[in-house]
Amino acid sequence: MALELIDIAKRVGSETHIHPTSLVLPEGSFNVLLGTTLAGKTTLMQIMAGIQKPTSGTIRFRGKDVTGLAVQQRNVSMVYQQFINYPNFSVYDNIASPLKVAGMDTAEIERRVMAAAELLRLKPMLKRKPSELSGGQQQRTAIARAIVKDSDLILLDEPLANLDYKLREELRDELPKLFAGRNAIVVYATTEPSEALLFGGNTATLHEGRITQFGPTSSTYRLPKDLLTAQVFSDPPINTTRVEKRGDKLHVFGSKVWPAGQVGSGLPDGVYTLGIRPHHVTPLPTDVTTGEIEGRVLVTELSGSESVIHLDVAGDTWVSQSHGIHPFEVGSHATLHVDVDRGLFFSPSSGERVS
Amino acid sequence: MRKRYIVLTAYIVFLLLPIYWLINMSFKTTNEILGGFSAYPREFTLDSYRTIFTDPSWYGAYINSITYVLINTVISIVVALPAAYAFSRYRFLGDKHLFFWLLSNRMAPPAVFVLPFVNLYSAVGLFDTPWAVALAHTLFNIPLAVWILEGFMSGVPKELDETAYVDGYSFPAFFIKIFLPTISAGIGVAAFFCFMFSWVEMLLAKNLTSVSAKPIVAAMTKTASTSGYELGLLAAAGVLTLIPGAIVIYFVRNYIAKGFALGRV
Repeated sequence: MALELIDIAKRVGSETHIHPTSLVLPEGSFNVLLGTTLAGKTTLMQIMAGIQKPTSGTIRFRGKDVTGLAVQQRNVSMVYQQFINYPNFSVYDNIASPLKVAGMDTAEIERRVMAAAELLRLKPMLKRKPSELSGGQQQRTAIARAIVKDSDLILLDEPLANLDYKLREELRDELPKLFAGRNAIVVYATTEPSEALLFGGNTATLHEGRITQFGPTSSTYRLPKDLLTAQVFSDPPINTTRVEKRGDKLHVFGSKVWPAGQVGSGLPDGVYTLGIRPHHVTPLPTDVTTGEIEGRVLVTELSGSESVIHLDVAGDTWVSQSHGIHPFEVGSHATLHVDVDRGLFFSPSSGERVS
Repeated sequence: MRKRYIVLTAYIVFLLLPIYWLINMSFKTTNEILGGFSAYPREFTLDSYRTIFTDPSWYGAYINSITYVLINTVISIVVALPAAYAFSRYRFLGDKHLFFWLLSNRMAPPAVFVLPFVNLYSAVGLFDTPWAVALAHTLFNIPLAVWILEGFMSGVPKELDETAYVDGYSFPAFFIKIFLPTISAGIGVAAFFCFMFSWVEMLLAKNLTSVSAKPIVAAMTKTASTSGYELGLLAAAGVLTLIPGAIVIYFVRNYIAKGFALGRV
């Protein structure tokens, strides 16, 4: 009882948009597709919806093969990054349109539209045209249209990306509540790792048309299968460096020596790629930091309660993200402290996580 | 600031002077027109207009013109809509070349086509009917309409199409109920240009008709030669010829600018 993609691939001309991919989305689940622009999120969603046909592979829904089924025959909804509404319809008619096409009777349509409008706080705007609404309200209208018809599959393609900060926060809080208690499979595409973490559910990380990992969001984040997954699922980007493990020491940057720590000690001696997330690099030493890096400060971004420091360490850029305000002068020499125990060890050849 | 107004006013006067003179002449008698210079009609007369509205060879010419212009506009838009949709939404072999070739049709002078059209339409019995002119004008108007409509259609995100399919609309239902109203401004602009080209085009209209379908542009030139100088009558006919264009442009005035912004007008 789920949506199954079996060896789905998509090629357009000589370009491969989606490499053969298999994915099973359980019923009632909230799934995040996480990847950079052009990673293939939209293509994958359009294949799920039936707007595009896969070049090869099978799509099954509730056990039934739906690969060749036209999008009109599937019970799906979709919300786009751009605010897509029918410009010549009022907000009411926009929300009601999938129900009208389905031939539902007027009283039932009205009941459902009112319920959806209530949920998305659109009641005062029902008579207006989409062009008379703010961006946030336009996107609410699109979302109302997506939830009004009890779809089996709801696809949200970066729905918050074009909204300004406040509206985004607001709608981000509301979204999970809208889908809770529905039996629909929700797929949410985003470029922001923080959104995936906020929503929970499952996360599939996409990189250049490949799903690198799919699983519960927290475990995908904590235990990425490989370096690519860790890179996709980290913002600011994860710091990586070549380390040579000898005994209980890690030799870093040719000069520094760090203790191998709890994770590294168990590994056989050899060369590894070590990944350290930016928030495990701090300007001040703490109880857990065991390693140090030195370099030249490139940029410091100070937000209200957070400092992001970019450090040039022997040609590599390292990023530290920490609480509190830590002003460093650009160009000055600085020492940052690394929580080596939280590091992820990858095989330098295959990129797979070994720790 | 003052200077700017002076220049602008001078320019507008310059533009409007011939139109004023035409209106001025249409209310004069032919004798007064030929008799000397007068900035306004000394003997105000509506005779010219009365002749046009009572003489079938005059008002019939207007009806002929309006008939083929409307037929032409409808055919051009109906044919151009699906073509423009294909150009804006699909990539196919040679699409860009075909699109440009369409436009290059407009670069040929109508005179080139007079001979083949006359011969062809005589053979199939369309000569001297409004259909002959209407069909001949589509050669120029369909490419223009495709060009304008493609610009407006490409301004509509393809996600709108997809959303409609996701909502369950079939292609025809989506196209008629959602897509056409969305690009209604473009349809208005395209129809306006088809209307205007067909309305003012004289060479084909004159040569493809003789008696029963004679258009107003042909009637106007003919009268000048047969019964001497009837300048008042000609001026009145000219004024009446300007009116439909003025009416149509009033309705699309807000959209024309949008067409210019898209680089398609």
